[in-house]
Amino acid sequence: MKKEGKEYIWKDYQKEIAEDKYFYVRSCVRQNFFPGSEWAFQKILREELKKDLFENAAHTSCTGIGYHTEIVPFETMMTVVARQFALMTEAGYEHFVSSCITSFGIYSEILETWEHFPETEARAHQYLKEATGRDFIKPKNLAHTGDIIYKFRKEIVAKGKYRLVHHQTGEPLKIVEHIGCHYSKMFPHRGIGGAEYPYVLVGMIEDWGGKVVDYPERRHCCGFGFRQYIVRANRGYSIACSRKKFESMEPYHPDAILTNCPGCPMFLDRWQYAISEMEGKTYGENGHGIPVLTYEELAGLVLGYDPWDLGLQVHQVPVEPLLDKIGIPYDPSKKFLGKDGRDLGRPEAPHFLKFYKES
Amino acid sequence: MKKDKWGYGIHPDRQIDLDNANLSLLELVRQSEPSYNLCIACGSCAATCTAGNLTTISLRRINIYLQRGMIKELREEIRRCMLCGKCYLACPRGVNTRHVIIAIHEALKATGYEEL
Amino acid sequence: MRQVVIIGGGVAGLEAAGFLGKMGHQVVLLEKEKAVGGHVGKWDRLFPNRRQGSEVMDFIRKKMDEKVSIITEAGIKSIDTSPDGYAVVLTNGEAIRADAILLATGFELFDARKKEEYGYGIYDNVITSADLERIFREEGKITTADGQAPQKVAFVHCVGSRDEKAGNVYCSKVCCVTGVKQAIEVKEMMPAAKVYSFYMDIRMFDRHFEELYIEAQQQGITFIRGRLSEVYEDQGKVQCKVEDTLTGKPMKVTVDLLVLLVGFMPSPETKRLAGMLKINIGSDGFVLPIDGHISQNETGVPGIFLAGAVTGPKCIATTLSDARSAALQIDQYLKTK
Repeated sequence: MKKEGKEYIWKDYQKEIAEDKYFYVRSCVRQNFFPGSEWAFQKILREELKKDLFENAAHTSCTGIGYHTEIVPFETMMTVVARQFALMTEAGYEHFVSSCITSFGIYSEILETWEHFPETEARAHQYLKEATGRDFIKPKNLAHTGDIIYKFRKEIVAKGKYRLVHHQTGEPLKIVEHIGCHYSKMFPHRGIGGAEYPYVLVGMIEDWGGKVVDYPERRHCCGFGFRQYIVRANRGYSIACSRKKFESMEPYHPDAILTNCPGCPMFLDRWQYAISEMEGKTYGENGHGIPVLTYEELAGLVLGYDPWDLGLQVHQVPVEPLLDKIGIPYDPSKKFLGKDGRDLGRPEAPHFLKFYKES
Repeated sequence: MKKDKWGYGIHPDRQIDLDNANLSLLELVRQSEPSYNLCIACGSCAATCTAGNLTTISLRRINIYLQRGMIKELREEIRRCMLCGKCYLACPRGVNTRHVIIAIHEALKATGYEEL
Repeated sequence: MRQVVIIGGGVAGLEAAGFLGKMGHQVVLLEKEKAVGGHVGKWDRLFPNRRQGSEVMDFIRKKMDEKVSIITEAGIKSIDTSPDGYAVVLTNGEAIRADAILLATGFELFDARKKEEYGYGIYDNVITSADLERIFREEGKITTADGQAPQKVAFVHCVGSRDEKAGNVYCSKVCCVTGVKQAIEVKEMMPAAKVYSFYMDIRMFDRHFEELYIEAQQQGITFIRGRLSEVYEDQGKVQCKVEDTLTGKPMKVTVDLLVLLVGFMPSPETKRLAGMLKINIGSDGFVLPIDGHISQNETGVPGIFLAGAVTGPKCIATTLSDARSAALQIDQYLKTK
């Protein structure tokens, strides 16, 4: 593998990311899937990087899931998005930051559409005005939250307590990276590094001390994809896709999987459990799975945040093997305590996937 | 596969893995009938085939099964040939197609796959 | 004496220079590189009979006499109209009188890095057909990046050709036969190696080409009908994903060395000069002659002629005929001028 070959391609796929003053919109599903991620992003931006991150509680879903399952028409979605932009305009912000890859794709698609079809943009203004009396100015800069973490990756590791190295051997940890399709496959120039060799997560992994695993099925679908999961009869496609990736990465013994999309970590994490129940197969060491993390969770770990504050206890594949390798301390007795300290009980252990350290 | 619990299973992979394909029969057929190599998959053999107009048999497809090591499909398909040799007349590359069929039968026997 | 300026010192420009000299004209040949010879000068053996490329170059060079002067590393600043023809002004300020100009600026090979999914320049064991010729010529032995003899080699047809995403809808014509020739050469060098060819159509358009294809089949080269979709590196090996269109199934093949058969691109210099000379360029980027059937060498601009791959992909034999045809047309033009 020649790094300079990738660098040659990467120089064509650099994008401008605003320095400060962000208008932040959330994902509609991530707080359920990975509840600490968006909290960690806000904390990192405000407390560590001292950035101005503004959020308006009146913002809504981008309706992307509905759009991609053909329930919400383009015109409706475009008007909802126009409203998000109106909220940003009203708050006096110009840099729009989206927590979700699907949303990022939706915002990109709409901005591209408006660029090529100004009459469609005019319609968006008209619809929004009629429906809400609002108007908007298009964002000057559109970024995904992963882009922001990427931009400040060096500052994060400089402030951090841990690096992605084995605390005993000093060896870099081997990390698989997986990019959400709507990050750069639709518009390669809107993603850092393009579609074939995306750099956004690679940059984080390498600058935080880890080593990227380049395995054969790197570009294969994670197993989400709206149609193949939302329709139950199609879920056999979904799980087969994830399995193809696990089978391909297994010989490289990855220590973790890093993702930038709401769907990928969900499926790469949960399907490891389902595959183990269906086939008895696990992909980590000694019956463990391969821990799957979001970039905010990983950034939080690097910065020394408590794993349970980051919400890592709700992962299906336990992350303790990764914490042990990095040397991050954690209190097993606090794993299943709620934010108020109340005991939430212990989930039933899977049949094959190792879930509790002692079992 | 515990399908009941889930309502779906894991779809089997359709991908041909040529790295691990069983090409033992192909080698035997190539040695026995060197003209076999000259096939360009034009399909004139299958178009003219008497049996092919009545059943699913296609010599073009049989050839590709052989080349991809798809022995189960090959064995199933080849039974339908009546060895009339009309395909030999049609082949533009001069492949001795009738002998190819015989060579495949012999190779199936030699490798023991005929019995499976 | 009339003077002709030929721009481009590949086989087209050189052959036309030789003929025009013999016809009694003064010729100045401009070449942007350090040496003339173009792409053929860098090739090892030629299809379909695998003779040395240098033999053809020697044949062409022998025809050139004192009437032909060659200026290498020549950059063209401008081409000005003068009362009796043109003045070609070089970047060093020198102006060369021209009663006629022959544009023989040829082609450049498709930059395989643009097909990002094939990993050229990234994966260690992905090379181009031009790299393989250099290996044949300079090294005489094929090895993978770690110095081993490859056991499996695959050729990929239509890299940068018949590919709208790469900006080229056209067929580059010569890559099919080049790929078949190179596959045979690899098989001859390493008889135990498995050799694959991923193709969409095998386009053997000229005399003795189909026979070369038959020879490749006889040597046991495996032709797989399907366009390569993507490539991965797996511990130094190259994993290829393709649809085996004859079974209608996706297929995975792992090889030690992957050779990309890169197509023709119009050279950027052609575009620049065509702009200066106000001659027409087609949507494919190659120069349009005034008539594709009967006036291949004429541009419609008096005194400006065309030869070789400047008007689209051509093999060597066709290029040489085209160059002679251009020389004849220029001779006629100068006689009646």
